[in-house]
Amino acid sequence: MSRVRIPPEIGRGLRDAAPVLLGVAPFGLVAGAAAVDAGLTPLQAVGLSVVVFAGASQLAAIDLFGSNAELLVIVFTGVVINLRMLMYSASIAPRFRVLRSWWKSLCAYVLTDQAYALSIARYADEELDPTERRNYYLAVGVSLWIVWQSCTILGIVAGARIPDAWGLEFAVPLVFLSLLVPAVSSLPTVVAAVVGGTVAVVGTVVSVPFDLGIIAGGVAGVAAGVAADAVVGGSGSTSEHGGEH
Amino acid sequence: MVTEYGPVSIWSVVVALGVLTFSIRASFIYLFGRIDEVPDRLSNALRFVPPAVFAALAVPAFVAPEGAIAVVGNERLVAGVVAAAVTWYVDDVFATIVVGMGTLWILRFGL
Repeated sequence: MSRVRIPPEIGRGLRDAAPVLLGVAPFGLVAGAAAVDAGLTPLQAVGLSVVVFAGASQLAAIDLFGSNAELLVIVFTGVVINLRMLMYSASIAPRFRVLRSWWKSLCAYVLTDQAYALSIARYADEELDPTERRNYYLAVGVSLWIVWQSCTILGIVAGARIPDAWGLEFAVPLVFLSLLVPAVSSLPTVVAAVVGGTVAVVGTVVSVPFDLGIIAGGVAGVAAGVAADAVVGGSGSTSEHGGEH
Repeated sequence: MVTEYGPVSIWSVVVALGVLTFSIRASFIYLFGRIDEVPDRLSNALRFVPPAVFAALAVPAFVAPEGAIAVVGNERLVAGVVAAAVTWYVDDVFATIVVGMGTLWILRFGL
């Protein structure tokens, strides 16, 4: 690293991010292709990616735009999906405490599952000073941002050329499936998924008003997961919750 | 399906979702010192958001793609089951999409 003038933590962040970037690429392609497939203009599709920059919620919004759901329901569904980032924000906040406001905003904007996970692992090394921490985090976060936006644009270009008969919109539930499987890691999470999925299917079949089926499934699934967790008494990956109910 | 919403509606959703998502991300990063952590009960519940919401988003598209539960002749259900098996064993978004779309195309065009 000594010959190159890149600060070491930026180099390290880029190296650690490389495999993750490969994993994000197909997800970004789908986000772009599905957006134009659902009738968004290329500019709107790019806007969604740049302004929101959160893949799962973008895909949910695209999906709901396609079925002409109520606008408030589209926003609400996306917000529920992104609520998990409250945890990341709380967990990483002490590390960013000394940063200037402008840096804090940039860090917040590029906060993703992957940037959080890699940085928290790196920060186990307590020797790092705040600037090094920021450099590492932004190397991961910004490189993810660049790959995400590039892949969205590629997806927009490609998606506009692929015939409807290929059923490209099917890639959207496949992405959700690939997010779902690793999220199901203990009995309470299985219960949350089964209840969430079942309620959403019932919602689809009886066509609940305003496409609220996803929200209903999400809320019911979370409640069922919490209840199952209380019964099982915190299995596996659960943090300690004593005797609380 | 294609959206019937015009540009104003679409941009309103983009901006609203963007602002709210940024607020979620920035929340504790800015508030640190005043509120230091997520209350236990909330963080306990938030753990179940991914499995519950991703299942709610994914499952209807496989089980009831046309709005009614379909098992026989449902090419998407077959493709979904195959793709789920692939995710289970390799846990890779790209492999899941390739296998899922490939299975759908084989059922649709290839047999």
